[in-house]
Amino acid sequence: MPDEPKHIVSSFEAELKKLRDMIATMGGLVERAVADASTALMNHAPEIAARVIENDIQINAEQHNVEQFAVRLLALRQPVADDLRHVIQALKVVTDLERIGDYAANIAKRSIVINQVASNFPLAGLGQMALMVQQNLKASIDTVGEADPQKAISVWRADQMVDDLYNTIFRELITYMMEDARNISACTHLMFIAKNLERIGDHTTNIAELTYYAITGETLPDFRPKGDHTSNYIHGASN
Amino acid sequence: MEIASHDMHPEAGLPTAMQQAQGAKPRISIRNLNFHYGETHALKNVSIDFPDRQTTAMIGPSGCGKSTLLRVLNRMYDLYPGQRAEGEVMMGGENLIAPGMDLNKLRRRVGMVFQKPTPFPKSIYENVLFGVRLHERLSKAEADERVEWALTRAALWGEVKDRLHSSATGLSGGQQQRLCIARSIAVRPDVLLLDEPTSALDPISTLKIEELVDELKQDFCIVIVTHNMQQAGRCADQVAFFYLGELVEAGPSSQIFTAPRERKTQEYITGRFG
Repeated sequence: MPDEPKHIVSSFEAELKKLRDMIATMGGLVERAVADASTALMNHAPEIAARVIENDIQINAEQHNVEQFAVRLLALRQPVADDLRHVIQALKVVTDLERIGDYAANIAKRSIVINQVASNFPLAGLGQMALMVQQNLKASIDTVGEADPQKAISVWRADQMVDDLYNTIFRELITYMMEDARNISACTHLMFIAKNLERIGDHTTNIAELTYYAITGETLPDFRPKGDHTSNYIHGASN
Repeated sequence: MEIASHDMHPEAGLPTAMQQAQGAKPRISIRNLNFHYGETHALKNVSIDFPDRQTTAMIGPSGCGKSTLLRVLNRMYDLYPGQRAEGEVMMGGENLIAPGMDLNKLRRRVGMVFQKPTPFPKSIYENVLFGVRLHERLSKAEADERVEWALTRAALWGEVKDRLHSSATGLSGGQQQRLCIARSIAVRPDVLLLDEPTSALDPISTLKIEELVDELKQDFCIVIVTHNMQQAGRCADQVAFFYLGELVEAGPSSQIFTAPRERKTQEYITGRFG
C-alpha cells in the first residue's frame, strides 16, 4: 500500500510486495486467457484457442506458486491485521483466478467445435458479454494491489450487467433452437460459453469482495442481486 | 486477616462459558486515570475495564504506560516519591487509588508476578506461604493444604512435591516463575497481574506459563503486560494497545489482530512502527 508506513523488517515488506506481484502476474495470464478465448471464438481462430488450452497449465502452476509462498509467509512471519488479510486474500484470489482460467480454456475448446459446426452463427451478443467480462476482470485484478474499497465495490456491482446480458443471450439461443433443430448442437455449445462467461463474472466479483475484505477487514453484505434467472426459465411461461 | 470463606472468589463455581455468554462483568473499572512521574505525564485519561475471569493483555512500545498502569493497580508507585495517580480505579466498590486505601489489603487482593522470577532464598514451601503468613494464621495442616493447592494451580506440584523443603533457587527459570505465580495466588487474590512473565524464559517454559494463564483465568481476573504480540494473541481474551500514555484501542484479541479499528494499532502490531 503506497501510503502505509513501511515494515521495520524490510524483507517482510519485500515478501508482501512479491506476493502482490505474483498475483498480478497470475492475473495477467488469466486476463490474457479470457481475451484470447474470446478472440478465438469471435474470429474463428482455432490456433489461438489451442494456445489458451495449452497455457492453462501455466496458470495452474502460478496458483501453486502463490499458495506455497503464502503458506510460507503465514508460517514464518505470522502476519496479523491487514498483512494477514492480504495473505488470506491472496490464497483465495488465486483459486478464483484458476477457475477463471479453466472457464477460458473451456470456451476455447468449444470455440473450436463451433468453428467446425456453425461458423456463420451470429455472435454479437456473446462478443458484447465477453468484452464486459474482460473489463470487469481487469478492474477487479487491478483492485488487488490498490487500497480503494470504493473501486472494489463498483467492480462488485458491475457484474449485474453481465448477468442481464447472459439472460438475454440464453433466451436468444433458445429461440434459435426452436426455429431449427439443426441449431441445437451449436447453440448448446454457445450456451455453455455464455454460462462460462457468466461464471467468470461471478469469480470476478469474488475477487472484488476479497479485496474489500483485505482493505477494510469487513465483508461485503450478501445483498448483491444474483442476476442469472435462467435456472428458473420455463419456455412459454411468463418469467 | 480473615478470609471470609474457602471460596477465593465471590462467585466461584459459576461456569465461565455462562458468564461469557452474559458478557463478563468488570472486576476492575478504570475511569479517567492520569498518572504522573514528577513532570512526566505517563498515563493520560485512561478508561478501561478488566473483565472478571478473563485475560487482558496490554501491549505497546516501551514507555507507552502499560507497566505504569500495572503498577497503579497494586499501588506499587506509593513506594516512590513524586509519583501520583488521579482518577478512578474501582474494584469491589472501592477506589484503589483513594488515599485511605489499606495497601496490605489491596496487595492481598491484587497479586503481581514480575518479568524475572523472584524466588526468595528460602524453601519452596516457605516461598509459597510467604504472602499468606502476612495475612493469615494457618495450622500446619492448613498450610500444607494451601501449599499443595497453590502449587497445583500453578502446575508445579508434580515437579516439586518431593522436595518442598529444598531451596527455591535450585529450580529452573520456568519453575521459579511458576513458583512466583503459586506464591501470588496462595493469598487468593481477585486479580493477578503479570508483567512480561515469560520474557526471561525458554519457549517451552513460556508455553507452560501461557497454559497456566489459561487455567487460572477460570478463577481470576488476569492482566498481562507482554512485548510478545503472538503471546497476547494466544493468551488474551481482550487486548489493549497503549501509545505515549494513551489507550489507543481495546477490544477482543480476534478483532485487534485481524481488523484493528485504529491505524496506530495496525501499524504497531504489523511492525510498521516509527
